[in-house]
Amino acid sequence: MEFEAVIGLEVHAQLLTQSKLFCGCSTRFGAKPNSQTCPVCLGLPGVLPVLNEQAVNLAIRAGLALHCEIQLRSIWARKNYFYPDLPKGYQISQFEKPLALRGHLDIVVNEKPYKIHITRIHMEEDAGKLLHEHGDEKSSHVDLNRAGTPLVEIVSEPDIRSALEAGEYLRSLRAILQYCEVCDGNMEEGSLRCDANVSIRPIGQKEFGTRTELKNINSFRYVEKAIEYEIKRQKACIEAGEKIVQETRLWDSARNVTEPMRSKEHAHDYRYFPDPDLVPLILADGQINEIKKNLPELPKAMAARFVKDYQLSDYDAGVLTSEKSLARFFESALSHHNQPKAIANWIQTELLRLLKESGKSIEVSPVSPLQVASLLRLVDGGTISGKIAKVVFEEMFQTGKDAEIIVKEKNLVQVSDSGSLEKTIDAVIATNPKQYEQYRSGKDKLFGFFVGQVMKETKGQANPNMVNDLLKKKLSS
Amino acid sequence: MVLKADDIEKAALLSRLALSDEEKKSIQEKLEQILGYMEKLEELDLKNVEATSHAVSLSNVFRPDHAYTSKEIEDILEQAPDKASGMFRVPKVIG
Repeated sequence: MEFEAVIGLEVHAQLLTQSKLFCGCSTRFGAKPNSQTCPVCLGLPGVLPVLNEQAVNLAIRAGLALHCEIQLRSIWARKNYFYPDLPKGYQISQFEKPLALRGHLDIVVNEKPYKIHITRIHMEEDAGKLLHEHGDEKSSHVDLNRAGTPLVEIVSEPDIRSALEAGEYLRSLRAILQYCEVCDGNMEEGSLRCDANVSIRPIGQKEFGTRTELKNINSFRYVEKAIEYEIKRQKACIEAGEKIVQETRLWDSARNVTEPMRSKEHAHDYRYFPDPDLVPLILADGQINEIKKNLPELPKAMAARFVKDYQLSDYDAGVLTSEKSLARFFESALSHHNQPKAIANWIQTELLRLLKESGKSIEVSPVSPLQVASLLRLVDGGTISGKIAKVVFEEMFQTGKDAEIIVKEKNLVQVSDSGSLEKTIDAVIATNPKQYEQYRSGKDKLFGFFVGQVMKETKGQANPNMVNDLLKKKLSS
Repeated sequence: MVLKADDIEKAALLSRLALSDEEKKSIQEKLEQILGYMEKLEELDLKNVEATSHAVSLSNVFRPDHAYTSKEIEDILEQAPDKASGMFRVPKVIG
């Protein structure tokens, strides 16, 4: 039997605010445990939460960027459950009346377009963090720095049909949130987290199968791998005549499997009710329009502009706009040297390769946009060859030095002096009389051999166009 | 409104309350009274009344996004039932 997967994603994104959702504690990552807590986020009796206005603005921005209908009235609810990372015994969230409804995100997978609908976006506070591995078998430690951090939860419709689509949805979503400066998108630090609801059904069947919820998938790679594994597992289950159990499963990235979460939790019963501490959030059309007017250029629009203004291919424009910081890098380099294609190629082939090899992100690239522009200016001006430029670039990447300095220090200036090149060519012909004879008697392919020899003699520093011209002349005279 | 013993046990479990049989019985009676009073409200025609989400008619109470450091954490940790290396210590929850 042929099956298809039905996948919906729930993404939690941390809003880029200075302070928490309902108190003034900092949201900075990596601080000393519990140093960013106060009576409000610790849930002490008698405190009153007060809503962070900037968090609301950012959530509206996210809603607009994802084509949602922003709700003019939304309210706060308490989601009740007991867990040591939740000091109040409830999470302040939105339930009945969330901030935004009915949006969508367009993605492209293998050149095919898909529209993934978004059910809702609501605001809520994050929980704290539990630490288990500290050499103490019997206890867990609680760090509440993260408790109360503002989040939006973005819930998709079950429109996704493959692990690849899920990965692309998540990548596009992250790019949009980064572009509109709603979330930094850092999955390692937990600013972007993803849960996946996965089920399968025979192709053609309308009803959904029983779904499982996958958690603990904190990288793009894991999202795709975990979903792929889960689809396979469910197929095998059904083919063996078993029933899928509705449950939460954790992705184990060391063993590449999903496993049922061992939990003493009873069936979820959150008993949501309106939070009496928080008054309704009422928005005006004018305010929403103002935020809409100031939405920054989003990745799709920017990619289209790159294609139109810079004549880049769709693929190149897609890669360059996949992260805001990468697009910025490209446009910054372009402002110093107006050669879009050359710069686009250089970033994609050389810079991204070296960044990947060294495990660095574009934000901390040891080479600046200006430095890339200056290097390519040397190539276009004929000072160095493209081949030498790659060597120079590796050194720039290692040392952070400017191209001009490395070229000067290592004496890598391209030989464009025809007198000196002619001498080298004469010498190469003289030392290879046999090949010269063969070339003369019609073996044209040997031209490449002579080019190679000249480049070798000049340590790659000869101007390749001049070498071609001069060689042609010499070999046929 | 009649409640079953199961309802009380579930509510107690969700609230993490350990109740004696006597307490369960007393709470059952009280809850039945409260819910009975609520049922009375259902006699009203409320079709065109929006559900109340807040008792006072206020909206949009905001604070600006400024971070500050609270100095209370040391005192609060001092009062915690159990602590270790600047963190609250609780019985192990996983594994």
